[in-house]
Amino acid sequence: MAKPTALQWIKGGSPWIWLSAAAVSVSLIMVFGLLLLIGLRGLGFFWPADVLEVKYQQSPTEVVTLVGEIQSTETVNAERVRDAGGVVPEGADSVTRVLLKVGNRDISGLDFRWINQHDVIEESRPQEMIVLERREWGNFYGYLQAVKVDGKVVASGEDAWPVFLEQLDKTTALFDRIKGIQVGEIGSINYDIEALRLAQKRLELDGVTDPAAYADIEQQRADLNNKYQLLQKDLDVLYRDIEKDSVMLTAAGGREIELRMSKVVRGFKPNAMGVVTKSLHYLEKLWEFVSDEPREANTEGGIFPAIFGTVMLVIIMSILVTPLGVIAAVYLREYAKQGPMTRLIRIAVNNLAGVPSIVYGVFGLGFFVYFLGGNIDQLFYPEALPAPTYGTPGILWSALTLALLTLPVVIVATEEGLARIPRSIREGSMALGATKAETLWRIVLPMASPALMTGMILAVARAAGEVAPLMLVGVVKLAPSLPLDLNSPFIHLDRKFMHLGFHIYDVGFQSPNVEAARPLVYATALLLVVVIVALNLAAIWVRNHLREKYKALD
Amino acid sequence: MTDTTLTHAINMDAIDRSDEINQLADENIRIETNGLNLFYGEKQALDDISIVIPQNRVSAFIGPSGCGKSTLLRCFNRMNDLVDGVRIEGDVLLEGENIYDKSVNIANLRRRIGMVFQKPNPFPKSIYENVAYGLRLQGVNSRRVLDEAVERALKGAALWDEVKDRLHENALGMSGGQQQRLVIARAIAIEPEVLLLDEPASALDPISTLKIEELINELKDRYTIIIVTHNMQQAARVSDYTAFMYMGKMIEFSDTKTLFTNPAMKQTEDYITGRYG
Repeated sequence: MAKPTALQWIKGGSPWIWLSAAAVSVSLIMVFGLLLLIGLRGLGFFWPADVLEVKYQQSPTEVVTLVGEIQSTETVNAERVRDAGGVVPEGADSVTRVLLKVGNRDISGLDFRWINQHDVIEESRPQEMIVLERREWGNFYGYLQAVKVDGKVVASGEDAWPVFLEQLDKTTALFDRIKGIQVGEIGSINYDIEALRLAQKRLELDGVTDPAAYADIEQQRADLNNKYQLLQKDLDVLYRDIEKDSVMLTAAGGREIELRMSKVVRGFKPNAMGVVTKSLHYLEKLWEFVSDEPREANTEGGIFPAIFGTVMLVIIMSILVTPLGVIAAVYLREYAKQGPMTRLIRIAVNNLAGVPSIVYGVFGLGFFVYFLGGNIDQLFYPEALPAPTYGTPGILWSALTLALLTLPVVIVATEEGLARIPRSIREGSMALGATKAETLWRIVLPMASPALMTGMILAVARAAGEVAPLMLVGVVKLAPSLPLDLNSPFIHLDRKFMHLGFHIYDVGFQSPNVEAARPLVYATALLLVVVIVALNLAAIWVRNHLREKYKALD
Repeated sequence: MTDTTLTHAINMDAIDRSDEINQLADENIRIETNGLNLFYGEKQALDDISIVIPQNRVSAFIGPSGCGKSTLLRCFNRMNDLVDGVRIEGDVLLEGENIYDKSVNIANLRRRIGMVFQKPNPFPKSIYENVAYGLRLQGVNSRRVLDEAVERALKGAALWDEVKDRLHENALGMSGGQQQRLVIARAIAIEPEVLLLDEPASALDPISTLKIEELINELKDRYTIIIVTHNMQQAARVSDYTAFMYMGKMIEFSDTKTLFTNPAMKQTEDYITGRYG
């Protein structure tokens, strides 16, 4: 057979096939490229890199010792460095610069430093080098000299490291107990005392004069105070214990410092660690990242509250949007007389989907928070005023705002699902004496449920990634408590919450230490993607299950 | 097509109802229509239909596509109410009571007049739940009562032996013929007085069709059956009375034997001898 001519090739539609294939490939490459980028950048952060000790020619006359992890390397044009006043060896076209994470912010004031590769006189990876993650001031890099208990040196030199690890375990255990008491027990006592204060205020507002009622509250408060005093005593003992231990350290450059053991989160010797130990350390860090609370203005520690807030927000949003959307769709499709009015409503619904999300935020703030929330406070929580209960941004208002935002998607998907249920099935039900409502409830809605789930999936995907409106109606940089805890009524919809999307923005752009936070931005972005994918997969699983159950008629 | 001559013929022939009454004199009347007109918007679909349906007999409606036979059938359980823009004039009497009266409860009416559609339309539920659906609607939830009713209905629809071991499987996994019998079982589970069959075998293969026809024969002892069919042989096989409709008008209604062997009307003869339709 003859080779087809170019004209035949075009007429056969091949260019279109190639074009669409190319479009698909580009999309796939973009998706996987994006995931790969944030995956590599984000996940690499937790790997315990080797720590270098560098003798560095800081200026022609001054040599300093620097210690740190290599963060990144770049090659710069020599001309540019010269123009900027840098010194470049004769004849070199380019200069390699290394960004060193030197830590020790309390000593040097900076924890990152650019150095020129050609000014490095000597570099080594001493086995004895330790890294301490601290509760404040970032990482410490240096050498361990001695461990002190009650001001007395108990171990020094070679013996110091095992003793240090042992003491660190003890201190960490103490720290966890202190935190447990502070957050758990004292937290719930404070919660109860606040509830009592409000109850008393309520009685006053209601004009109750019966002294017995007040005495009862007074009695309860006294009990709580007693409990608090006991706990406080326990705490004092623990505080004394935890402050006993300290470590003597030498930082790069020979400066000696003493550090309280209670300030140390974790210590390790990266240069002495093998691949297996490093991997274990990596997993531990990864676990800390997803399960722990943030430290140091969100640049260290974990992001559990943000994951929790995101998931809870999406779940509440789904619970709110589903009935609303389904009822609206059922009315529009099944009951409303089709005409100009329903057309208008459909146009309005579709246009809602195009409104910029920040506008929803403004609406949520104005209507939900100030109007609805304000009125709820007036009616139900007058005792707490002027402190607002619901009249302030919170997770309920965020979920409602997102529910409004995703409502069009759910309505449209459900309407399409309803339209696809064959007339014959409805008639079959009606012919057996079912009313329209019974037919809807028993036959049509279950059959349309996969379509409804499709709407939910789209809604979840949109809501989980939305940040802008949330900044107005409930998201905060750091929430003191989760919207779900052990204090009755357990679900606190009035509370503010943390959100992964906002966390990315906050850590990336509002952090005092942008360089340190950057890997966290990638890691958080990756986690946000993972959370959204997980939520979507859950919804898709439910949909497939329903599809199987209510297989469409052919 | 011989449209003009036929229209002419209809206009000339007034239907002599006294004949029908004579033929039906020894039958109990279940349903009766008086001067029934039905309009879809501007278009008239039924034109002055007056007919009586005898009790515990099979009555068949035949006629070319679009003649209004399904529309007439759907008047008997007010299925046409679901269509937008439909307007109905005249009476449909079920045991002397006008079913289009305002006081009539439509759900109750449809329980008394069951219907089976052209295409099998089982619900996407188990076989058991399909049959139990009508009873559950009436608030019957007792397992024992439902079990008995389901078994009785499935036996009544000659389906029990085929499905008794898989009652809780999805009904959509059955063959078309089985599905249609399931739908009949579903209809008779609530023990209606009248069963309307709208071309019940048109989507089925010959063997399934045969089964449905046998079933109709068995069911007529207990139910008044009205069947709409495209297929004249089928009407001849299963029905006791046959009505021929054309362009919304009732041309002829008499016992099946007479209609097929000695039709009173020219159009009927033309149709059954295959001149058109």
